[in-house]
Amino acid sequence: MQANPNDKQAQIRALIARGKLKDALFAALGIICLGIGLVVIFALVADMAVKGAARFNLDFFLNFASRRATQAGILSAWVGSLLVMLVTALTAVPLGVAAGLYLEEYAKRNWITEVIEINITNLAAVPSIVYGLLALGIFVYTFGFGQSILSAGLTLALLILPIVIVSTREAIRSIPAMIREGSMAVGATRWQTCRYHIIPYAMPGILTGVIIGLARAIGETAPIITIGALTFIAFLPPVPFSELADGTRAGLFDWVMSPFTVMPIQIFNWTSRPDPAFEVNAAAAGFVLMAMVLTMNAIAIWLRYRLRKNIKW
Amino acid sequence: MLKQTRISLALAGLSLFAAGAAQAQVIKIDGSSTVYPITEAVAEEFQKAKKNAVKVTVGISGTGGGFKKFCRGETDFANASRPITAKEMEDCKAAGVQYVEMPVAFDALTVVINPKNSFLKQVTVEEMKKLWEPAAQGQITKWNQVNPAWPDAPVKLFGAGADSGTFEYFTEAMVGKAKSSRGDYTASEDDNVLVQGVSRDVNAIGYFGYAYYAENTGKLKALPIVNPKTGKAVEPSAASVENGTYQPLSRPIFVYVKAASLDKPEVKEFVEFYMKNAATLTKEVKYVPLPAAAYTGNLEHVSKKKFGTVFGGKNEIGVTIDELMKREAKL
Repeated sequence: MQANPNDKQAQIRALIARGKLKDALFAALGIICLGIGLVVIFALVADMAVKGAARFNLDFFLNFASRRATQAGILSAWVGSLLVMLVTALTAVPLGVAAGLYLEEYAKRNWITEVIEINITNLAAVPSIVYGLLALGIFVYTFGFGQSILSAGLTLALLILPIVIVSTREAIRSIPAMIREGSMAVGATRWQTCRYHIIPYAMPGILTGVIIGLARAIGETAPIITIGALTFIAFLPPVPFSELADGTRAGLFDWVMSPFTVMPIQIFNWTSRPDPAFEVNAAAAGFVLMAMVLTMNAIAIWLRYRLRKNIKW
Repeated sequence: MLKQTRISLALAGLSLFAAGAAQAQVIKIDGSSTVYPITEAVAEEFQKAKKNAVKVTVGISGTGGGFKKFCRGETDFANASRPITAKEMEDCKAAGVQYVEMPVAFDALTVVINPKNSFLKQVTVEEMKKLWEPAAQGQITKWNQVNPAWPDAPVKLFGAGADSGTFEYFTEAMVGKAKSSRGDYTASEDDNVLVQGVSRDVNAIGYFGYAYYAENTGKLKALPIVNPKTGKAVEPSAASVENGTYQPLSRPIFVYVKAASLDKPEVKEFVEFYMKNAATLTKEVKYVPLPAAAYTGNLEHVSKKKFGTVFGGKNEIGVTIDELMKREAKL
């Protein structure tokens, strides 16, 4: 029996229509899922912004904590957070990048490196409180750093070290082998290859990892509470070479030994107070912390874009 | 080999430098979250009065955590919502830390219920024991099991977390043994969680410090407790704490100062400032101030170097302001 050519055409049309319908359905599902994620985060940020709106003024950023909600500010908290992040970055970046570079470029492939690799990946999943306990024993007591910015910075550096190492290795792996071979072929040593090719080309990826790590670290509360960040602190770490109360001058690194507090702890303290007026402060501080994290991410994107532009293979 | 020595030298240098910097003029205070609002208020005003020449830091690590640091000699003051225990006294002694005990205010542990709750008018210590003792776990789940006059409605319990001094005091006062409580209740170190929980459930009951009730009187109702000595139900208030009728849930709260720190002029000045302003500031943060004689008595203990505690390492229930004053005078 000969099929009617019109019938066949109709069948094909129906098949295409069905395929297109499924396509559209999946696209719609995808948009809905994306929408849920975006709406939740947008709602959170908007909620904090609206609740905290009454506190967004210069005083909020320039005042210390206070028992009166309307006078309380986040000066010691945001300065503390920034300084801790500075110590964290200065420690975690050189250590992490060097470790990643060694594992990728120098280390021999044998069972020891396998074990190290597995452990580094596992370390990334260790709960942050465990790092806090470790740091309490090592940095605070054994090394005698006390409850200082240095202790906190080093603790968070340990926390993000696995992230930095893993992202460094991923970035190095994405560099084509021909670059290395080309460099070696013209007589460069391994270090020269790393110095002039591997590190610059891997830089965008490394930076992304570093900033994602720092963005995680800035929101960490548990390890910081463990090592003893303070709740009420109404002074700032000494500025290098500034005059102190007893007439002497502060040293270049005196600030790293100063007591401190950070944003998440300030927020936590405000949410647990009896007076409901502090909830406004907590919302405002939460919004500021979100803004800090988003700014860091924006810087990461911008740096990646700038550095990628300079790579010419 | 040489490298190793160099590294250890560098580390030793770092720790030396750390020890040096820690000696700056900072008054360090840590301990109870219950005492925190008072000490924070004093610290804030003190720094304002001294134009920030002296630095004060206040941390929250709980009464127990505060004493741990205090007895290692790390802090100048310990905030405490109960007297020092025998174990902590030993720790302090072992480290050579002597201290002056200074009661700074009274707190009324408040039992709260939902304002819409119509059947709970008052409660006795026996009923609270029946409700909270460990044997009640999984057994006492309806209100009429505690008192037949109450309805056949589910019991919803909210209470302090096991690490807090509030939990310790409440269990000792109600169940008869410190830290002995049923476990199947909503426990939180964050009292606002408890406030929210009780305010949303008609059948709920919970307990926490008076300050949280005072800030949330619209959402909660304080339940009068029958005083076991007089048989009369008493509501928590400044007056009932002062005249000693709100028992056994009113308790003194303390600040301990390290004797060695009193040699530092800024610490001594801080103690004087604390005692001079304690009455006004405790009232402001919703605690019950002590009579003026208590604060001058504390200062006398400081100047006459009367170290130690009047509680002998035990947490006592039902100490009234009067009794506390008599004891402090005997030290």
